[in-house]
Amino acid sequence: MTQSTIQRAPRPKGDLHTETQQIAMGPSHPATHGTVKIDLEIDGEEIVEMDVHIGYLHRGFEKECESGTWYQAIPYTDRLNYNSAILANLAFCMSVEKLIGCEIPRRGVWVRTLASELSRMGDHLTRLGAACLELGAMTPFLYGIEARELCWDLQEMLCGARVTSNYVRIGGIQRDVTPGFLERLASSLVRIEKLLADFDKVVTSNRIFVDRFRNTGMLPVEKLISYGVTGPMLRAAGIPLDLRKAEPYLAYDEIDFDVPIGTTGDNYDRFLVCQEELMQAIRIIRQCVPVIEKTADESVNVADPRVRWPAKERVFGRMEELIQQFKGVTEGIKVPAGEAYAAVESPNGELGFYVVSDGTGKPYKVRCRPPSFTNVAPMREMLIGGMLADIVPTFDMINMIGGECDR
Amino acid sequence: MSAAGDLVAQVKSLLGGDVLDSHTHVGDATVLVAVARARETLKRLRDDPSLSFNVLVDLTAVDYLGREPRFEIVYHLASLELAPPAGEPCRIRRRLRVKIQVPESPAEADSVCALWDAANWFEREVWDLYGITFRGHPDLRRILLYDAFKGHPLRKDYPKERRQPLVGPRN
Repeated sequence: MTQSTIQRAPRPKGDLHTETQQIAMGPSHPATHGTVKIDLEIDGEEIVEMDVHIGYLHRGFEKECESGTWYQAIPYTDRLNYNSAILANLAFCMSVEKLIGCEIPRRGVWVRTLASELSRMGDHLTRLGAACLELGAMTPFLYGIEARELCWDLQEMLCGARVTSNYVRIGGIQRDVTPGFLERLASSLVRIEKLLADFDKVVTSNRIFVDRFRNTGMLPVEKLISYGVTGPMLRAAGIPLDLRKAEPYLAYDEIDFDVPIGTTGDNYDRFLVCQEELMQAIRIIRQCVPVIEKTADESVNVADPRVRWPAKERVFGRMEELIQQFKGVTEGIKVPAGEAYAAVESPNGELGFYVVSDGTGKPYKVRCRPPSFTNVAPMREMLIGGMLADIVPTFDMINMIGGECDR
Repeated sequence: MSAAGDLVAQVKSLLGGDVLDSHTHVGDATVLVAVARARETLKRLRDDPSLSFNVLVDLTAVDYLGREPRFEIVYHLASLELAPPAGEPCRIRRRLRVKIQVPESPAEADSVCALWDAANWFEREVWDLYGITFRGHPDLRRILLYDAFKGHPLRKDYPKERRQPLVGPRN
């Protein structure tokens, strides 16, 4: 299994070098956050050929989803991307809701929007912080992780879990915002802005950092499109594709925000795009707050017991609702037969779910279209001809999340 | 007619008899095309200037065990606007789901790697998990599982509880 799978390239005649060297990087390597094995053939420090092996975190996500009810698949979606679990919950629930044809109440939509952006911030902060760490800079990593902690604390207030959120439900969300959440959110955002400013001062124009990131990991736009690359990687190359604008879902068409783009598509542009998206996420969250404050007496869930079981205080006091909850838990909801695809803009790009229902209480097929998978595929082409040291920043900016890539 | 209905009508007029079936369930335009003409059909969908499906968003398979033909391969295509007006975000002009039906034996289809680079890994995944081979694929190896793995786990007749050497004992 450890043997290299690379075909050796023929050496040009008259070259002073005698042989290229084959090395294996990973699957567990200190300079990558993501479980991947890279078989490399290097000539000095130049990459001649590489083969990327994924699959080390394959847990049979789709197979598991097919064996439970629709609701039981939601916690599995948490385990796709540990940084932005809420967005995976959301994409899955949106695809099922599309099949059922149910409309989420306004308050639920706005809380979902807020939770999505909180999730996006956690993901981007990890990407940027970990990128610095893997290039040897500990301090900015700590700024990033402190800010992520604030996001995760807020997420914990929303749903009781810092990482595996299990927050979004088919037909709504697990629970409304908890008392004190919005106040804590306001103070945390101020602190996060301060941390981002500090982070920016230490990193963005740091000579060592810029030299490692500039002009590395580039690929022409046509290639990126052909590989199906989406998200910040595509935007850094100058294509302003953002599903929140292209196919507005949730409340994004009522919110004012910008889509940052780069020009060259190198790692430095990807870094800057993510940095700006953090600022835009804060801007979006601040626009969600007044609506959530205004709609305090509205429900976040659909009032249809066939989709979303009733609120607990009613279940414990009334016969009809008790039966509905019982049936909802034991039999699961019945999703009409058919197929649907819904996608959200995740921090890595288009995260979509293609679901097929046969009309029973169990999913027939749950396909996750993982952005990490399509973003890692072109890594070989991005790096051949580059230096060994380019792998780390490129892999950082691809932000491959093993759980999502390998499912 | 809905946007999805218009799109299906447009695709049908382009492809004619290659479209075997179509529907617009929950607003998703879907066409079923002949398996033998799949590569040619997808190429026309990509290259036709009024459709220009330049992105292969997703490629997967579904196992309808007990039905003949047994497998469906599902392509999700998108037409992405590459040069939006200055300062405007890109639009996704249209999305289309293209399906082909593949029998259990031979479980084979044509590779579309030459049309979209994204197909390379997607097709490796379908081979790995469903055991469908793709003719003309440059490098059809397992991708998520390991070489010594036996069987294709997303087939409906692969038992979820089956253990294999590197999968480990039941806990």
